[in-house]
Parts: sequence; structure tokens; C-alpha cells
Amino acid sequence: MSETSNKSRRAFLRGAAAAGAGTVAAAATARAQAAPDPLITEVQPWASGLGEGVDATPYGLPIRFESDVIRRNVPWLTADPISSINFTPIHALDGTITPQGCAFERHHSGAIELAKQDFRLMINGLVDQPLVFSYEDLERFPRINRVFFCECAANTGMEWAGAQLNGAQFTHGMIHNMEYSGVPLRTLLEEAGVKTEGKWVYVEGADASSNGRSIPLEKALDDVLVAFKANGEALRMEHGYPVRLVVPGWEGNMWVKWLRRIEVVEGPVESREETSKYTDTLADGVSRKWTWVMDAKSIVTSPSPQAPITHGPGPLVITGLAWSGRGAVSKVDVSKDGGKTWETARLANPGEPMALTRFYLDTTWDGSEMLLQSRAMDETGYVQPTKAMLREVRGENSVYHNNCIQTWWVKETGEAENVEVS
Amino acid sequence: MSKYRKILIVGTALAATLATPAMAEKLGLGRAALPEEIAAWNLDVSPDGTGLPEGSGSVEYGETVFSENCASCHGEFAEGVGNWPKLAGGEDTLARRDPVKTVGSYWPYLSTVWDYVHRSMPFGAAQTLSTDDVYAMTAYILYSNYLVDSDFVLSKDNFLDVEMPNADGFIIDDREETEAHFWTEPCMENCKDEVEITMHASVLDVTPGTTEDDAPAEADTVAEADQAAAEEAPRTAGVAEPDPELVAEGEKVFRKCQACHQVGEGAKNRVGPQLNSVLGRTAGSIDDFRYSNPMSAAGEDGLAWTDETLAQYLADPRKYIKGTRMSFAGLRSQDEIDAVIAYLATFAE
Repeated sequence: MSETSNKSRRAFLRGAAAAGAGTVAAAATARAQAAPDPLITEVQPWASGLGEGVDATPYGLPIRFESDVIRRNVPWLTADPISSINFTPIHALDGTITPQGCAFERHHSGAIELAKQDFRLMINGLVDQPLVFSYEDLERFPRINRVFFCECAANTGMEWAGAQLNGAQFTHGMIHNMEYSGVPLRTLLEEAGVKTEGKWVYVEGADASSNGRSIPLEKALDDVLVAFKANGEALRMEHGYPVRLVVPGWEGNMWVKWLRRIEVVEGPVESREETSKYTDTLADGVSRKWTWVMDAKSIVTSPSPQAPITHGPGPLVITGLAWSGRGAVSKVDVSKDGGKTWETARLANPGEPMALTRFYLDTTWDGSEMLLQSRAMDETGYVQPTKAMLREVRGENSVYHNNCIQTWWVKETGEAENVEVS
Repeated sequence: MSKYRKILIVGTALAATLATPAMAEKLGLGRAALPEEIAAWNLDVSPDGTGLPEGSGSVEYGETVFSENCASCHGEFAEGVGNWPKLAGGEDTLARRDPVKTVGSYWPYLSTVWDYVHRSMPFGAAQTLSTDDVYAMTAYILYSNYLVDSDFVLSKDNFLDVEMPNADGFIIDDREETEAHFWTEPCMENCKDEVEITMHASVLDVTPGTTEDDAPAEADTVAEADQAAAEEAPRTAGVAEPDPELVAEGEKVFRKCQACHQVGEGAKNRVGPQLNSVLGRTAGSIDDFRYSNPMSAAGEDGLAWTDETLAQYLADPRKYIKGTRMSFAGLRSQDEIDAVIAYLATFAE
């Protein structure tokens, strides 16, 4: 280290000490404690006895005190729990990586058990050589690691007509963000040799729904992954074990789980999932189709209805998540007054393309009401719109792609409620 | 050494490390797909009819197969039961508030109907229908939407002649044009004069869960209390002590039944009848449930559900009671059957 940097480091420390002293003098001192805390003064059982040995849990789950940090569903939303969805407890998580065990699930015919030895991936259609791969074959292709968010197109869909569900988990929990290990789809398509007439791929799963979707070849050759690991371990059953498709930035329905077939075709198949569902009806009754990209979006995860402020006025960390299907998040602003004024939040890490970004606003709460909002901006210059702006273009009959600015009304008690504001 | 060069070197190394592996040539992995294998999986049907097999089916026959296989969820007239999809009706509703999206009112291509029914329906017994059955069901769904007459026969040959009312109702994603104003400079100050709350989620009060669910501080205590209560709860009198492992296994198997059946406290009839005290119950005997005629008749003839009869029924429902509305294909393994019966036996009243 050079002499200059040493000097500047000392100068910084001096400055920090002075600033720290000033803060203490100006602000209220730490809480007073009337009597000694027995958790400190008395020897606790865990400080005297023994804990669990290794191997007590060969594969661990979170400690029991975290038993409320779980996926939850909204029973009235769907006809049954098999073709249904649940929600990631985003209000209780931090950082950006979603643990698989609490990452939202969406199945169309239930989560199936498919063993690696029963797995077959077929590439057929407009290719030089139709091929069948085993799981072991996939592991022999050069592979890469990438972090991407997967958001269901219906995330926030229940909020189109008005504020409906009280909790970030329910309004925005159809999202997860994992590090995938897998083979670029391009590699597999090149192995089979795409004929020049091939312009799309049709991808389907091994479950009864098959959940077939058509993807333009351009995207398939760009960044789509055939993934078999997430966050370092095998995909969980509910996330498509042993192999799923990862379609960065595009709606979750296209991320086919239990992948079994990729067909190179001339035109889109126009399957059930891309005509009767995952299309967006506008006010005049005309519907948009092929709305694949997930628009830039953000949400304050805490404080929020399931994560109220419990500590009273003083230092407060406002935090949340931001993402964009078009690239990296470049900026997140937070408003405490329902959108009159905005402060720029601190990004925990620079935004990464098509991955979740964590933001923080380290602030002081004076104990008064807040109308908390967050607003994401991405590297293309897209700014997350208000619900009114969306309704103006799209009407109120959409189900999917609601990326509006969300408002939490934080009351003087610290409790928060999902509201809509003018 | 120049600082910049160092950065450059590091940068280059980083780029090389992060790059997608270069594929110089094919690796020769995998194996050739056989024609029979492609035929077995390559089932998708495109709007131009590519993929449609030879075959045909009438509205008349379609009504029968629809009633047997689909009506328990979609209704006898394809009008939908409960939250299950409506397949008919909804014409001229797309521009209204809460449009009703059915095959007739919304679906742009008939190929999608054929493809989806053939590949994924009935729910719980996908890929069990014959090609002709699928033509017939598709014909019946068209008839329920008043798109064909009652004597219509759908076949590969006339498939493309059917006109779908909403065929021209779709445009390709135009967000980059119609929402171009979302690419803007964000306002930071004095963005609006007034802010008022216009709607509260608490008014609708449709959020699931209770305060206990969401109170982390008490969660473990509550869970423990529940567990203690469950352990103290008396076992059903007169029934042999169930094997807890088998019951737990049965609870898992029952997930296959949950789409249509409820069991336990407060269980109600849904698509299928509620299953409390099903063991010992006369078949087709829940008053307010609409059974198929064959099921009611079986009960009148004295069929009661015991370990044995239920096991036979669950192994192949439509063989055991021909004409049952239960579209479930049956449980494959005896272990699953034993487990689910053991589980159901714990819900005696």
C-alpha cells in the first residue's frame, strides 16, 4: 500500500470519529435499561450445556424460529392446489438470492417426480439430426453459471382493479432469483444443427400439462439456458428437477420445468399457454400476445404489511427489490409521501442484467404516517410507471404484466397497509 | 507500471473467464432420435393444421365423452363449475369489465383446443383419450359455443374451415410504441400537488392467513401448542390404531385427490363429494352431491365403501363403476391405494 493511501485512510478514520461523536451528541442516546438484563447476567442453558452434534440434520432446514418464512398461497385464486401458484416470502428475505425451499411454485398439472435416469431431452423438428440426450449427456457439455430472476407474468395481477392483498408476499411474491448452472440452449441446438427454415423453438415439459411455449430462435440462441442446478444444488422437484429452461428476463411461464422436448419450427405453435392464457386484453377488447419481456419493477419489502415497523421512531432501514427484464436496474427511488418527492436509494450491489437488485434507504423515521413507494429505472431508461399510467394504456381487464408502483400506507403505529393513492 | 494497463489486463482476463464457452465443433453427445420416439412426443398441432392426425368425431358422440370426462369440472354444457375454466359463452364480453374468456369468445385458433385436450386433458388422466374422442370433444365444445350445428362432424379435412370468432382479436406486443412514454426522465420533486388514499386492501379483506400465522415471535409457541393438541386428540374409537407412516404416506398420495375432494374438519363437496367417513358409507349417498347415475345405482344396489371395494375402485375407477364422473385414471400401485385408504380411515366421525 502506498504512503498516500495510508495517510488518506488515517484522515478518513479521524473524520469518521469526529462525525460519530457529533451524531451521538446531537441525537438521542441509546435506550435506557432499568434493571440488568438476565439474558446477560444469568448463565443461559445454551451457554452451559451442549448443542446438537454434526449430522443431527444431514440436510438442514431453517431454525424453527423462522418457521413463518414460508411460501403461502391464496386459496380462492385457483380452482385447486395442483394447477395453482404460491408466493415467495419476500417480506422476510434479504439480499437477492432466493432459497429454493421458499421460492414460489407455479404448476399446471402438479409438481412431478422425474428421476435423472428417466429423463430424456429430445431435439427434433427442423434440425439436421434429431437427437435424444440423457441427463449424463447434458453434464458433458461446457456449462455456465448465471443469476436471473424468474417472475410469473401474473405477479401483482390481483391488484389491477384495486388494492387487494395485504402483504408484499401476496402482491409481489411470484418471483425468485437464483444462480443457475446449465448448458446454453444454443450449444444443444448447434449440436443438432438448425436448418435455415427454423425460426422458432417450441419447448415443452414432461408433466401432463406439458406447458408448451414457442420462443423465437433469436432468443433461444441468445441467452436461454438448459439448467440443472440452482443455487449450487440440484433443482428442487417443484422447480423442475432434473432440468428446466431458463429464459432470462421473460415471463416465468416460458421457463419450462421438467424439460423434455425442444422442437425447431417455422412458426409459433400458438399453444394454450400463449393464446388463451398469458395474453393481455386491452380496454377495447383487443388482446396483446407475445408479451414476453417483464417490464422494470420494484417493491418495498420492509416495512410492509407483513413486516411492520416495531421499533418506534429513529433509524429505519427501508429496503426492497428491483428488477427489469430488459437489462440491469440502474436506479431506484423511494418516496415517503405517495410520490410527491423522491429520494434515490442505495443499491446494495450494482444492478445485474435480468437479476434482482437489492436497494436500501437508510433513513430516520419521525413516527408520522408514510405513503411508501419505490420506483425502478433500468439501463434502457425505462421508468416504472404508476398504476394510473398503466390503466391509461391498458385498461383494467389485464391479468398479467402489472408492474405498477406499489404504495404501502405506514401508520403511526408502524403497521402498514396496501393502498392505492391518487 | 501504469495503473490503466493493469486494469486492462485484469479486464481482459475477466472477460475471458466470463465468456460463454466457445463451441468449436459438435461434441457428438446424445444419440439419434428414432422415428417412433419422435412420433410419440411430437404431438403439437399448429394453427395451419400441421400435426393433426387422421380422424373425426361428431358433436353427438362428443357430448357423451365430454359428459364422462370433462363435465365434472367444466360443466355439462362447458359452462364451468366453480373456479374451473368456462369453455363456452362469453361472446361480446371482451371489451367489458371482467371479460369472460372461453373457447368461443377468446381462443383464436381451433388447433389450440385440439392440441391441449389431446395432450393435457382430462385433468389427472392426460393422454388417455383416443384421436377420435378428441375430435368429438372439440366438436362438442364448438357446439356449446353455437359455432357448429348439432349434426356437425369435425375431421382433419374440415378442421381449417371452422371460423373462430376472436381469430382477429390479437395484436403483437406493442409496448415499445404505445408505452414509449414510460422511457422518461423520472420526476424527483413536486411531482404532484395532492396525494390521497383512494382504496384500502383491508376493505376487501381477502388476504389469507391470520394474525397467528404472521406473528413470528409467537410462531414457534403456537406451532408447539397445535402439535400438543393434535397429540392429545383422541384417536377414532373402534378403528385399529393406524400405522402413522402409512397414514403420512397416504396424506401425500391424497394430493392427487385434492383437486376434487376435501376431507377433514369442515370438508365440503367440491367437484367430488367430501370424504369424511367414506369408509362404511354407501356409494353415492351424500344427499346434496350430484353423482353420476351409475354411482347412485351402485349404492342403491348395496355397494358400500370398505377397504376392499374402495381399493378396487381406486385401482381403476372407470372400470369398477362404468360411467362414473370421476375422471381420475386410478392409482397405479397397491402401496398407494393402501396408504390413501389408511389416511381416509383417520377421518371417521
